[in-house]
Amino acid sequence: MKVKQILTGKEGENLFLLGNEAAVRGALEGGVGIASTYPGTPASEIGNVFSRIAKEAGIYFEFSSNEKVALEVSAAAAISGVRSFVAMKCVGLNVAADSFMSTIYEGVRGGMVIFVADDPSMYSSQNEQDDRLYARISGSPLLEPSNPQEVKDSMKFALELSEKFNIPVLVRTTTRVSHMRGVVELGKIERGKTKSTFEKNPRQFVVMPATAPKMRQELILKLRDIEEFANTWELNRIIDKGGDYGIITSGGSFNYVIDILDEYNIPAKVLKLTLSYPFPEKLVKDFLDSVKQVVIVEEVDPVMEKEVFIILGKYGIQKKVYGKLDGTFPRVFEYTPDIVRESLCKSFDLHLSQKESYKTDIPLPSRPPLLCPGCPHRATYYALKQAVNKLGIENPIYATDIGCYALAIAPPFEMADCNLSMGSSIGTGCGFARATDQKVIGFIGDSTFFHAGIPGLINAVHNKNKVMLVILDNRITAMTGGQPNPGMPFDGMGGTAPEISIEEVVKASGVGFIKTVDPFNLKRAEEAFTEALQYDGVAVVIAKHPCAAMITDRERRRKGIHITFDVNPDKCTRCMVCVKEFACPAICVAQDGSVHIDPLLCDGCGVCRQVCPEKAIEVRK
Amino acid sequence: MKNIYKIYLTGVGGQGIVRVSTIIGEAAMRKGLNVVMSELHGMAERGGIITTEVKIGDVSSAIIQDGNADLLFAMEPVEALRSLEKVGPNTSAIVNSAPIIPFTVSLGIDTYPEISQIITELQSKIKNLFVIDALELARKAGDTIVSNIVMLGAAAAIPGFPVEKELLLTSMKETFPASTIEVNYAAFESGYETVLSEISRR
Repeated sequence: MKVKQILTGKEGENLFLLGNEAAVRGALEGGVGIASTYPGTPASEIGNVFSRIAKEAGIYFEFSSNEKVALEVSAAAAISGVRSFVAMKCVGLNVAADSFMSTIYEGVRGGMVIFVADDPSMYSSQNEQDDRLYARISGSPLLEPSNPQEVKDSMKFALELSEKFNIPVLVRTTTRVSHMRGVVELGKIERGKTKSTFEKNPRQFVVMPATAPKMRQELILKLRDIEEFANTWELNRIIDKGGDYGIITSGGSFNYVIDILDEYNIPAKVLKLTLSYPFPEKLVKDFLDSVKQVVIVEEVDPVMEKEVFIILGKYGIQKKVYGKLDGTFPRVFEYTPDIVRESLCKSFDLHLSQKESYKTDIPLPSRPPLLCPGCPHRATYYALKQAVNKLGIENPIYATDIGCYALAIAPPFEMADCNLSMGSSIGTGCGFARATDQKVIGFIGDSTFFHAGIPGLINAVHNKNKVMLVILDNRITAMTGGQPNPGMPFDGMGGTAPEISIEEVVKASGVGFIKTVDPFNLKRAEEAFTEALQYDGVAVVIAKHPCAAMITDRERRRKGIHITFDVNPDKCTRCMVCVKEFACPAICVAQDGSVHIDPLLCDGCGVCRQVCPEKAIEVRK
Repeated sequence: MKNIYKIYLTGVGGQGIVRVSTIIGEAAMRKGLNVVMSELHGMAERGGIITTEVKIGDVSSAIIQDGNADLLFAMEPVEALRSLEKVGPNTSAIVNSAPIIPFTVSLGIDTYPEISQIITELQSKIKNLFVIDALELARKAGDTIVSNIVMLGAAAAIPGFPVEKELLLTSMKETFPASTIEVNYAAFESGYETVLSEISRR
């Protein structure tokens, strides 16, 4: 399949789509005119697909500088009457939360979907937060699709629901739904409005103490109406396989439940909640009345389980509930079919046979993620470490941030001491500078700097917090797969765009020491770091070199040039500096102890040549 | 019990696991079968482990229960061993014998087992095991990057594989640019023929 087919695929055609790809198709079928995102896994592919097809689809799409801005762009579109779609990862909603709360109060004129992808088991996130709780804090209706077809269909439905009740709708997936592929039958693409006229109504669209109380009252009324709707909506449905066991489930967990029931022929009634907030009290109460005992299968917090207890308490019903709170299901990490099978066995006192499986006693080498061969961050860390060591700086604090460069937590660099969230390197750096007498060195990437780094930097200068900050500008948003950011000369629709200069922003923030270096020149980089580390005040070094995975390699392949390097065995003394201190994965040690460079892995950056004290690394002939 | 074919694919970032899984899925869809697949992205792309799971048949979840895979498709020998929990008495396996040595071995933190030891271990657990040097076959086909397609051809020749060769070739044609389709076809054929001749020898 080619990405374009997500747009060009005809009504009735089947495509094998990722949940995230299906979300984009669903948005187009739902007549979305404006879409925005900040890339974050497990939601990253949404922006990737939009950026490839938005122009041809005739809609507007942007990679916003952060999730809050992305949400504001889409909120304003919906307030103006243009259907909109904003996507982000679970923790992105923390960034957007301030405006998110207000937009739920204000409501919309055109439909608005806020798509969030949670990450149980934290495959690519810093926490396991359950964004279904945000529906409850804000009062936004919540949809939980289970598979790519449902993801697509729920977009159109969410947009209609949003317009009908004049409220943005939250659609929540998990990694296993966003990154699930399945057969999706396409519907018709609706050409929605891309422009409208904003009709003024400050009582609806300006939140302040004079206006918000009325909005709050209206919100409660809306939620009552939506709950009424959820009680009878056909996609909140019961799958009756007989018996008097009850199971309430939603999202990705539903898939495990239904497969286990089918495989083992277990009689049970399953209530699948797709519109799971406002929690449909009447539907759930009737369901509880119809079963002897009930199991709640949900990821990742006991959210629906607590709602069930509220209903049982409110009506004084005695019923055994199995879930997370009684320890039947694990409290942390994502579910698997094995976990659901075993937990259902515990709940219903079943004994299901399971297949024998194997394991090996041979110790296996681990395979942690690493900075790629040719990664400019490796050169940056190497050069900085040299400077720190030569200056004899003892026990510096490395305040790092969200991005590939946090992989420097691993040996041999071990230059990641604290990280809270996007942009936190500078804010925590300010705190460390005040709370300790240790040297504080911060790391932040280009996209992360634009996202949430700038206020921290201004704070550091204004409050005279002495932080040495390294901005690792690899000319892309790398960790999420290579999306553009404001520092690049093109936008999310492939057009040209003004390139925002990090150096100018830093200068305008009042930073006293600024130097931009190419880390591939180790000597120059080390000199810059040495100077910056000795500067009395806020110092910034911008280490600027394109990401190896995104730009260098692609350009090289296009031009058909690919130089690689090798170790000259006559010169190599096996000092292991290149292996143990520079640590490029392309450099490997054979069983006889000799050092080689794997030509398949070598990116040809040549930085290892500068590292080798014996000048033993040469261009491969 | 419904007829569901479950494939567990594993390898290292950059080996084309997601691509080959999608080709299988699209071929199954073209045959009119239901198919679901699970894939992981993100940090694993940086030289880490990549696994995907494909289920073909009337099923909702793409995740395979322990011991339940019908086919283990391992692009790397150590990763085959790491996936043994998905392997049970009814599992067949196609394993690429070309290792990718993790950097932890160069750093001296871990050791990489002997390939012969890995294969002996796999043989002791998996009756229907096929081991091929997909890297070498890919090189002969014209480009080491097509190892995954050599493996796909090899998998397609294993009895019970639910999607016919022609459907897989059609999927490949719709996936790859015209300029690389010949080398991909050659890679597929070499894997396919290697396993067929191995089967006729047994």
